[in-house]
Amino acid sequence: MSDTILETKGLTKHYGGVHALEDADFILKRGEHVAIMGDNGAGKSTFVRQITGVEQRTRGTIIFDGQEVNFAGPLDAREAGIETVFQTLALADHLNVPDNLFLGREKTKLNWLGPFRILDYKGMREDTLAGLERTGVKIPNIKNSIANMSGGQRQCVAIARTATFASKLTIMDEPTAALGVQETAQVENIVRTLKEQGESLILVSHNMRQVFDLVDRIIVFRRGRMVANLDKNETDGQDVVAYITGAKTGAEFEGAA
Amino acid sequence: MSDTSQGTGGLSYDKTKRQWPNELNVLAALILIIVIFEILGAIFMGQSLLFDSRDRFDSIFNEARLRIIIIQVAIIGIIAIGVTQVIITAGIDLSSGSVVGATAMIAMSFAQVAMVNGGPNPKAIFGPSFLDLPVVIPVLVGLMVGMIAGFINGALVAYARIPPFIATLGMMLFARGVAQWWSLGNPVSFPTEAYAVIGSGMNPVIIFLGLAVLFHLVMNYTVYGKHTYAIGSNEAAARMSGINVPRHLLLVYVIAGMLAGLAAVILTSKNLTAQSGMGLSYELEAIAMAVIGGVSLFGGRGSIIGTVIGALIIGVITSGFTFLRLGAFYQEMVLGAIIVGAVALDQWQQKRAAARA
Repeated sequence: MSDTILETKGLTKHYGGVHALEDADFILKRGEHVAIMGDNGAGKSTFVRQITGVEQRTRGTIIFDGQEVNFAGPLDAREAGIETVFQTLALADHLNVPDNLFLGREKTKLNWLGPFRILDYKGMREDTLAGLERTGVKIPNIKNSIANMSGGQRQCVAIARTATFASKLTIMDEPTAALGVQETAQVENIVRTLKEQGESLILVSHNMRQVFDLVDRIIVFRRGRMVANLDKNETDGQDVVAYITGAKTGAEFEGAA
Repeated sequence: MSDTSQGTGGLSYDKTKRQWPNELNVLAALILIIVIFEILGAIFMGQSLLFDSRDRFDSIFNEARLRIIIIQVAIIGIIAIGVTQVIITAGIDLSSGSVVGATAMIAMSFAQVAMVNGGPNPKAIFGPSFLDLPVVIPVLVGLMVGMIAGFINGALVAYARIPPFIATLGMMLFARGVAQWWSLGNPVSFPTEAYAVIGSGMNPVIIFLGLAVLFHLVMNYTVYGKHTYAIGSNEAAARMSGINVPRHLLLVYVIAGMLAGLAAVILTSKNLTAQSGMGLSYELEAIAMAVIGGVSLFGGRGSIIGTVIGALIIGVITSGFTFLRLGAFYQEMVLGAIIVGAVALDQWQQKRAAARA
């Protein structure tokens, strides 16, 4: 088994004439936690959307878990083992915790009934509780609808999907952007738990402190291009800011921007 | 190291915040309305609306009136079961009344007898080979017409991305046109005996309640139901979760169309005739039943049980006004006010829930 979980070569996305992402070459090792930073519109979310199959790339290859992949949609990516916590919470407010965790991939019985196949509520509830326990997420009553939960609890539910489905790679797109201090701390704790469990992670974040707290490596995007690949221990906040703003460009990326 | 002994971010959780099922509110409204009619009945009429007020011990309730209440809402109630599902997806179906009209005409044409009073059927639409057909044929034709209308609605909404209001408004006008064109405005009458059985007696009520139970189970215990709620709650999330949203919406509209088609079959069977004006404003009454029953027009909330209680509320009000010998215009005024009140209450509850979260 290769120790690389995800690799992209020449990953490119154009929206009409807008070059949102140009030739991104990226490698993620198993169990590694990498942060993606950059200004608004630098291409961070675009990069994530190509990997997760939410959008189709213009060109380039993606190798996941040793195999070249072409995800037709987010469900394909999920089935392959990539779990994404989206910037906008992908949760249905009127459903409860297990319903949301299993949305689109419900455990069912009597599958010959097609769209009318029967939900296995018990199985989903048990898996949900196990997943919540693994991530350290505590939600007092999983039968409560998401609408009655705080922003932090909702984000935790979104993250708990990862643990429930034994994924190979977790991608979080600004998971704490909308959260308060306490809730952010809780989400960060879950990220640390994932690290201990050897879960690979890509974290898109604007929060410098959070990034230095949580990840091993920092990738910087600027105007659609990757401009730096920094080991956390060999850099500091000021350095990263210099890359983000364009004052510096990594040696191997010269000429890129 | 994460501390699993703490709640999420140390957030406290208040058990009293548990949701009171919305259906109980609707049920409370039904009981309140009954109580009001009982009081008004006692004051002005000297008798009871629902209870057997005479000194007989064989029954507690006034069964005749109970039967009338449920029979008069059963057929539109069947439509409301479909409309409820459409509204839960944050859609709307304005076409069901006209679809009833069109289906009534077409289905009845396949249910006609050959001989009436010894002579040939004066209202026959087709030639002799289409008369005296077995009962399954007009029923299947009715379901098929409803299904086609629902399919067109669903395709327009899900694939052409036309807002449900506009797509089904178009179908409402189109289907009414079909109903009038079919026999150039002439009624279609004289169904076979087997066909006439479908809507006779308490059959409409049995079918209505049977379908209500069936779709209550479908909405709560199947993937179809879960995805219907999910799409209405957050369509983007449903899509990102891998649900094939257009295909699912198409199915929801097809089911709603078929239920309207079935309602038309029962209605024509009960009336023994089909007229192009049949089902007029049924769509609005069906929507009213759903809305009074707590189905949110914003999608994601509501239930079949709620809609059934909503249907009973409309039935009780209609019967109650007749019982008090008040004109139908008062009835419509009160119904209008109740619908607006139900939506206002829903809005207020939503806002309160949002403020607590």
